[in-house]
Amino acid sequence: MDTPLLSINGLTKAYPGVVANDSVSFDIGESEIHALLGENGAGKSTLVKMIYGLVQPDNGTMTMRGAGYTPSKPSEARQSGVAMVFQHFSLFDALDVAENVALGMETPPPMRDLARQIREVSETYGLPLDPSRTVGTLSAGERQRVEIIRCLLQDPKLLIMDEPTSVLTPQEVDILFETLRKLKAEGTSILYISHKLEEIRALCDHATILRLGKNVGTCTPSETTAREMAEMMVGSSFAAPQAQNKVLGNVLLSVKGLSQPAPGSFGTPLREIGFDLRAGEVLGIGGVAGNGQDELLAALSGERLSETGMVRLKGSDVSRMGPNARREAGLLSGPEERLGHAAAPDMSLIENGVLTASRRMGLLSNGFISWGKSRAFAEDVIERFDVRTPGPHVAARALSGGNLQKFVVGREIVQTPDVLVVNQPTWGVDAAAAAFIRQSLLDLAAQGSAVLVISQDLDELMEVSDRFGALNEGRLSSIRPVTELDIEQIGLMMGGAHDMEVAHVDG
Amino acid sequence: MDFGSINPALLIASIMISATPILLAAIGEMVVEKAGVLNLGVEGMMITGAVVGFAVAVTLTSPGFGFVAAAFAGAALSLVFALLTQFLLSNQVATGLGLTLAGLGLSSLIGKPYEGMKSPPMPKLDIPVLSDLPIVGRMLFSHDAMVYVSLLLVVAVWAFLKYTRAGLILRAVGESHDSAHALGYKVIPIRIAAILFGGACAGMGGAYLSLVRVPQWTEGMTAGAGWIALAIVVFASWRAGRVAVGAYLFGGVTVLQLNLQAAGANVPVSLLSASPYIITILVLVIISARGVHGAPASLGRSFHATH
Amino acid sequence: MIRLEKRPEPSRLWTATTPLLAVALTMIVGGLLFAVLGADPFEAIRTIFWDPLFHPQFAAYSRPQLLVKAGPLILIAIGLSIGFKAGIWNIGAEGQYIIGAVCGAGVGLAFYPSENVLIFPLMIVAGALGGWAWAMIPAVLKTKFGTNEILVSLMLVYVAQNVLIAMSTGLLRNPEGMGFPGSRNFKQWDAVHNAEIVANTGMHWGVVAAFIAVIAAYVLMSRHIQGFNIRLSGEAPRAARFAGVSPARIVFLCLGLAGALAGMAGLFEVTGPAGQLTDKFNAGYGFTAIIVAFLGRLHPVGILLAGLLMALTYIGGELAQLMLGLPGAAIQLFQGMLLFFLLATDVFTNYRLRFGAGAAA
Repeated sequence: MDTPLLSINGLTKAYPGVVANDSVSFDIGESEIHALLGENGAGKSTLVKMIYGLVQPDNGTMTMRGAGYTPSKPSEARQSGVAMVFQHFSLFDALDVAENVALGMETPPPMRDLARQIREVSETYGLPLDPSRTVGTLSAGERQRVEIIRCLLQDPKLLIMDEPTSVLTPQEVDILFETLRKLKAEGTSILYISHKLEEIRALCDHATILRLGKNVGTCTPSETTAREMAEMMVGSSFAAPQAQNKVLGNVLLSVKGLSQPAPGSFGTPLREIGFDLRAGEVLGIGGVAGNGQDELLAALSGERLSETGMVRLKGSDVSRMGPNARREAGLLSGPEERLGHAAAPDMSLIENGVLTASRRMGLLSNGFISWGKSRAFAEDVIERFDVRTPGPHVAARALSGGNLQKFVVGREIVQTPDVLVVNQPTWGVDAAAAAFIRQSLLDLAAQGSAVLVISQDLDELMEVSDRFGALNEGRLSSIRPVTELDIEQIGLMMGGAHDMEVAHVDG
Repeated sequence: MDFGSINPALLIASIMISATPILLAAIGEMVVEKAGVLNLGVEGMMITGAVVGFAVAVTLTSPGFGFVAAAFAGAALSLVFALLTQFLLSNQVATGLGLTLAGLGLSSLIGKPYEGMKSPPMPKLDIPVLSDLPIVGRMLFSHDAMVYVSLLLVVAVWAFLKYTRAGLILRAVGESHDSAHALGYKVIPIRIAAILFGGACAGMGGAYLSLVRVPQWTEGMTAGAGWIALAIVVFASWRAGRVAVGAYLFGGVTVLQLNLQAAGANVPVSLLSASPYIITILVLVIISARGVHGAPASLGRSFHATH
Repeated sequence: MIRLEKRPEPSRLWTATTPLLAVALTMIVGGLLFAVLGADPFEAIRTIFWDPLFHPQFAAYSRPQLLVKAGPLILIAIGLSIGFKAGIWNIGAEGQYIIGAVCGAGVGLAFYPSENVLIFPLMIVAGALGGWAWAMIPAVLKTKFGTNEILVSLMLVYVAQNVLIAMSTGLLRNPEGMGFPGSRNFKQWDAVHNAEIVANTGMHWGVVAAFIAVIAAYVLMSRHIQGFNIRLSGEAPRAARFAGVSPARIVFLCLGLAGALAGMAGLFEVTGPAGQLTDKFNAGYGFTAIIVAFLGRLHPVGILLAGLLMALTYIGGELAQLMLGLPGAAIQLFQGMLLFFLLATDVFTNYRLRFGAGAAA
């Protein structure tokens, strides 16, 4: 190979208490799609931030086409031809597409010219987008297009993409890959960050694998199996959850014709959702982010009430009951957002235990909290779910994502629910904790509870679910046993093809 | 009751005078809020501007210098707010309240020697031709320069936010400081600049009260004008043009109730005096019942870069 | 280079230390301010913080004043702190205080000149209800229409002041007062006079109520599920809804409680230390109580101490005015500074300073 486009030599970055990158080196060639692979917390984000000039390395050098490259801020990186598509945090909902694009450019042309350029680029690369739309009204896939077009308008030499497919349906992923291959053919290099192995095998020329801040290996993905890459990523093998032989019991949760208006201007309405959930069963609900997952959880947890008859628990109508009444009746839930929704960040684990368990675990007498019992409950959860914490008095925000997630899921499971509803139970959690949580959900079902798992991680759903359905724009697809499904069908379900087959629907 | 004593031309003219201090403070606060910062210290900055402006104008017998000094005083006070909220990440609501309480104390301390004095007169602008027009000339075109400065400021803020890149960046910072930071914009310096601008505007608004509207210094003379300016920003849905409309409507209410009092209308004086505040509440209710639109999404949230 | 780094959890040590640090910083900067005003800074600080309690000549007068001034401050601040904990910014306590006084006084005066012992308790209830009702205005508007409670509660202060003027010069004016504004003098009406319970201590029923409020608030916030729900609503509103807490109920509870306590404080003041409903009987306690609430770290015991300290600065300020000729407004600025320094040092509760080792670009 000739001089690489970007050569990274011994980059090191330490934060108090953690070395995010420990002398990482690798090269990105011209016209190459290079994967950066690693678990959450492996140091991918920090590395990318250094390349994009958001963070300065403590040690090490970068060279671009042989010349020194030391961006001290993103605008310098952009001037050098480095552009970045972010996973989160780089769009402005209240501004329109053209304004959003202008904010990401060094010297944007006047707005009228810019609108024209946006249309041109969006046509060339098959990414339709109206420059005058307000970004807040766009779908996740369209929002990503804004970011991509913002980058393409600057003729980047290197395009960084941070977990771009987490918000896309399988079909949208195909379109994105087309675009990326086209860019590569035109001479642009791409640094592609992901932890999805199959994607990387399908798309990337080379892969660099990070673990705990270190470069633990490079490989050619098309010649390496997903399993080999996974082992490099994780470092050791971990127990995959085991599905038990299922004996399904009575219907515990029955949802019929559940409809709700959107909770706010950027929310999703629920439309005619219906399903039955039986004792011992795990029902997985997939879908691209923002298609009604949060709203469905709120409707089931009781945070938003629905109309009479829509939600029945063990035969009795709980539609008009609030969260506490539903908990007392046996319906517990765990929302997606750990900090701020499932748990109060600045409150201790003891207090966060009281948050959902006060009534079911008898922590109150005449409205007064028994702190002794509350402490015992929190300690019980900590012990049974292997939550790593100095003690129950520690604030929730002091725990790592995985440990806090184990606590909030464990908090519900310890209360022995009849029905447990969880949304994104392993989002942003390290692999070991994720496996632990999935196994706990399976164990709970094996003990005769009914479990509803809402998730955007298809692999996870395939692993834990007995049956699968998908949310699309607030509608639930037909529900089918996972053994009958392949990735093609799942994609269609997520994309909203509801009427493909109705034969298997029982709700 | 004698409504005949109310002269429409004078009425309009006095509405403009009555609206100007609130307009100045409100347009400044709007820029601050557009950058995502809620500064509840407008009242404190206004009254500090009022006293400093008055003191300097009396000492130098120049209202012009008074306004300049008031702008600096307001900005200086807002700098305290900026340091606390932007660097020390203090709660914006509490800090703004503190600014108001401290400003009230500071102003009465500075103002003691100036009580009872009269400010030097503010020259009226004589606009050729326009000022000489019958009725309209007296109504709209024979005011002091600050009335027009405030209106020009509204236009300038509107154009700045809508057409300039700096304005776009300011709005972006107010919408999502995380996104703006990710794109490499300096959130904190931008916010501090906006806070200082807001402080300077509030200071000038206060000085307009003590130098033109009243015109003398009395303790606590802003009497909630700063809070009304805050309410007007909400009323205006964070749009410059509507801030002007709001300020003039409010000026209208104030002048009208004063005129009714003077005309001996058959309404309790207390009710008339309270009417601007009651109407402000009603307007806030109507606006919020329709759903508040246009509030910057990061308004009032502290920004701390995590890397 | 100095950077701030978020602590994994709030530091308890700093939570307790920051008020003391803020007081110390205020003394230093306040001393400089007094020096600029031409007073000896050490003498000024001593006059404000020491003399009211220990001066051989003045202490006998000023010591009881400590409780007289601290009573309403604590009573109001306790109510405010509960709301602030829940993220409900009622800054119109001054208005609730005024309306409480007007309602309580009005109900009492309706029975003049009866000496029935039930009148005073009835007035207390009326005062609390008046303050409660005034606070319900922002509560209802917030829950029904989403109107900002900060602006509404503050606007209502100005409205309340006009109500006070109208009442003290109209309906409630002393018919035997020769046309002077102001109500009958409650000090001359034994049945309702909120006199000192123990002579020369300043202890009147309002102070008793303040102490009860401190204890009740402590129990509520640390032991009762409603207090837990209030804290939860302030810390994480979404988590509170998830825990089944109704946001509207919290708004009504917090504003209502604060209004009732402020209203009671107004009634105790008008029947006690003020003695008469006049257009300026209110001394701005409703605003100073905001400082007291923050200085006390929104904690009942902290508020008790902060209320006493703030009362001390009031009395000391008056003394400094008298003896050193310091302007009265200086003390108001002094109090504002105290709040600023508290907010400034508060950062150390949640963040720690890191020197060097920053980005060396």
